[in-house]
Amino acid sequence: MAAFGSFCLLIALALAAYNLLAGALALRLIATGQPARISPERLADTARRAGIAGFWAVTGAAFALVYSVFTNDFSITYILDHSNRALPIPYKFAALWSGQEGSLLLWAWLLGTYGFILRLLHKTDVKLYAYAGSILAGIQVFFLLVLNFAAPPFALLKGAVPPDGNGLNPLLQYPEMVIHPPMLYLGYVGFSVPFAFALGALMMRYPGEKWIRITRAWTMVTWMFLTCGIFLGMHWAYAVLGWGGYWGWDPVENASFMPWLTGTAFLHSVMMQERKGMMKSWNVWLIFSTFLLTMLGTTLTRGGLVSSVHAFAQSSIGTWFVVFMGIVLAICIFTYVLQRGHLKTEHHLESLVSRESSFLFNNLVLLTACFVILWGTLFPIISEYVQGTKVTVGAPFYNRVAIPIGLFLLFLTGVGPLLPWRATSFKAIKRNFVLPVIALWATVIVCLAVGVKPWQNGAIDTGSFYALVSFAVAAAVLTAIGSEFLRGASVISRQTGRNLLAATWLLTRRNTRRYGGYLVHIGVVVVVIGLAGSAFNRSVESEMALHDRIQIGPYTLVQVGATQDSNDNYNSEYTMLDVYKGGKRLFQMTPEKRFYLASGQPQTMVAIHSVPEWDLYVVYEGTNPDTAQPIIKAFLNPLVGWIWLGLVVMVVGTLIALVPSLTPATASLRVPAAQPVTEAVLKGGD
Amino acid sequence: MGASTRLPAWVKALEATFLAVAICFSLGASSPTSRIDTLSHRLMCQCGCAQLLGECDHVGCPDRDKELAELTAGIASSLTDQQIFDTFVAKYGATVLAAPTTHGFDLVAWIAPFAVFGAALLLTILLIRRWGGLGGKSRAEFTEPAFVDPAERERIERIRRETSIDTGSSGGY
Repeated sequence: MAAFGSFCLLIALALAAYNLLAGALALRLIATGQPARISPERLADTARRAGIAGFWAVTGAAFALVYSVFTNDFSITYILDHSNRALPIPYKFAALWSGQEGSLLLWAWLLGTYGFILRLLHKTDVKLYAYAGSILAGIQVFFLLVLNFAAPPFALLKGAVPPDGNGLNPLLQYPEMVIHPPMLYLGYVGFSVPFAFALGALMMRYPGEKWIRITRAWTMVTWMFLTCGIFLGMHWAYAVLGWGGYWGWDPVENASFMPWLTGTAFLHSVMMQERKGMMKSWNVWLIFSTFLLTMLGTTLTRGGLVSSVHAFAQSSIGTWFVVFMGIVLAICIFTYVLQRGHLKTEHHLESLVSRESSFLFNNLVLLTACFVILWGTLFPIISEYVQGTKVTVGAPFYNRVAIPIGLFLLFLTGVGPLLPWRATSFKAIKRNFVLPVIALWATVIVCLAVGVKPWQNGAIDTGSFYALVSFAVAAAVLTAIGSEFLRGASVISRQTGRNLLAATWLLTRRNTRRYGGYLVHIGVVVVVIGLAGSAFNRSVESEMALHDRIQIGPYTLVQVGATQDSNDNYNSEYTMLDVYKGGKRLFQMTPEKRFYLASGQPQTMVAIHSVPEWDLYVVYEGTNPDTAQPIIKAFLNPLVGWIWLGLVVMVVGTLIALVPSLTPATASLRVPAAQPVTEAVLKGGD
Repeated sequence: MGASTRLPAWVKALEATFLAVAICFSLGASSPTSRIDTLSHRLMCQCGCAQLLGECDHVGCPDRDKELAELTAGIASSLTDQQIFDTFVAKYGATVLAAPTTHGFDLVAWIAPFAVFGAALLLTILLIRRWGGLGGKSRAEFTEPAFVDPAERERIERIRRETSIDTGSSGGY
């Protein structure tokens, strides 16, 4: 199977190279009108078909690797290092992306899949799709070069083949790890598609609003995958690493967050181009940057430039990525300089206080946040270069710099939808902002009254202060968005006689993009509320003999026993803790410590009891070697569940925004002048 | 004091709100905090786990308890925060601090984000004001000079016509 996989990768490289070269030649012939022995249209079609065949070749390679994992073919070094016989079936799939070679193969396969779908849909606009297909083929050539020559997944072991493998990294043996990396990669790789369309459209001087329209669904789905990938990663860190948090500003986390920020900025600013023909150059560079940032993350972590607890594989492929990024950047700059005349704006902003300027400020803040994260990630390297001393840029830096920026962004999330296009008047501002401002101050007062104290011992407590501001701004934003829904639904309710709930549903269906977008904003607000809860985290750590108890918040934890278990993959130790509240036994928690046999590594399995107010999060840290008593660390983490709920709302909002809007029957029916307009027509259909 | 000096109702409401906020702030001023908890979240554990000292959760960590003991001793000796950090840096190196300091080249780490944001904000405001001065020219006024070649304009219009995708949506919000 190793030979089959290697052969598939070679064939895939040849096909991708043909797709790139033949596609580029055909497009050149079409552009210049030069006579040729073969018709350029036929040549372009052979390139497209090569791209489709290339997808099947990469699929063959991916299948070969997965098959080798399942058949325990430890003659392949990758399988030996990332699997073992007792590894459960879902994690056998996870072995595909648990190491560098496998994750690069996954990247190439996903890119091939996106390209396959794109090439099947080529009739939307044959020429534009040919440009985009050739650019995707160029990216695929890079990945296949790396897979064939720098990081081959089918490299064979020299010497005798061991009877069993070294096993999968225990950190990766968790359910999220079966879906988190594919989601993240779907996001990373997905941004190649709008990038290819943007570059292709610029090369052929294609109308900007058209390629944006064509790629809108791709961009939104990609963004949704990346969002899910990031949040699943957060949940994995929360449930597996056992430190009670979900985001540590680690370089790998930062690497996934940066393209998300620029991708989010792009999703907002393309609306300006669609509606007003503005920000054309900006949008092109936003998607170029987003694509390059997806590459930069891999370069930073896999290339060993920065260290990370999440970088499960490092090697010298960083150089390949740096060279590739340099080539891509050079092509982008060259194309932009050559075609920049095509990107002249059709309108300019008229007022500082308008919907357009709110988009601009939103972009500004998102890009500043991206810069802050990039700066923080790279500063240790810069510091070492400049002053010869490496420094740490950890959570305290980001908390102090990024949180105010995030809060400003949250503020804009609420303000933007309340501003009309072009310009606004003071009267309109006053009318739209009264309710949100009341909600903001009411929340401040309620929070202070219930004990959120931003002042401690005469000094400001930044955690509580930011939490207070977050809750207040979140309330204002929710009120602003809610009033937008209410305003529209009231009109429909008056016109159609429906109740407010049905009217809201109809309103959403009539403009899915707008109201789906609002729902995504609500999801973001819910996430922010959850994040703000971390200011009030509490923890307690104690050795616990039988019947010992610890108190955290309203809960009392009583140690009622310990037990052990084992299977082919790992041995485990549990501590059983009865949880009481107000003297009443509620449930039992069993935090666990596993010892994986193949790798010989221990791993914590946290016990989490989640309710809307907080998570009770209990870690069995192991036993004290002196006393042989278990050490338990318990956390009470307020509002964590809201973060995952916010993700669900964001996904639902994105899915709604992807559905085509319902065209009101009143707009599509042509009623002869003499005919009376029926009530059904007036009501609109659903 | 006649009616002319009477404040409007909304100003009074605002005053009352601020007063309430100030009272609530002062109510919370007496709660003590754990200095060791605060400082341990500004230092890194040196075991290689890349976690903050206050968050290192490794049983048998060779460094966590030692560092926490040194931190506790520093606080007991009435050292200031800065003196404690200096002691740690002298012993473990600059990477023991979880964030760059605010002097020397490290200061650049703190200034750069706000400088970039400020400059970008200023530039954006200036651009909008300049564009505002143009009076918001129409699509046609800006479009025409960009496409001096009628064939080019016709080509783009043809693409717009031929592709079936409607771009006249009021998409977005």
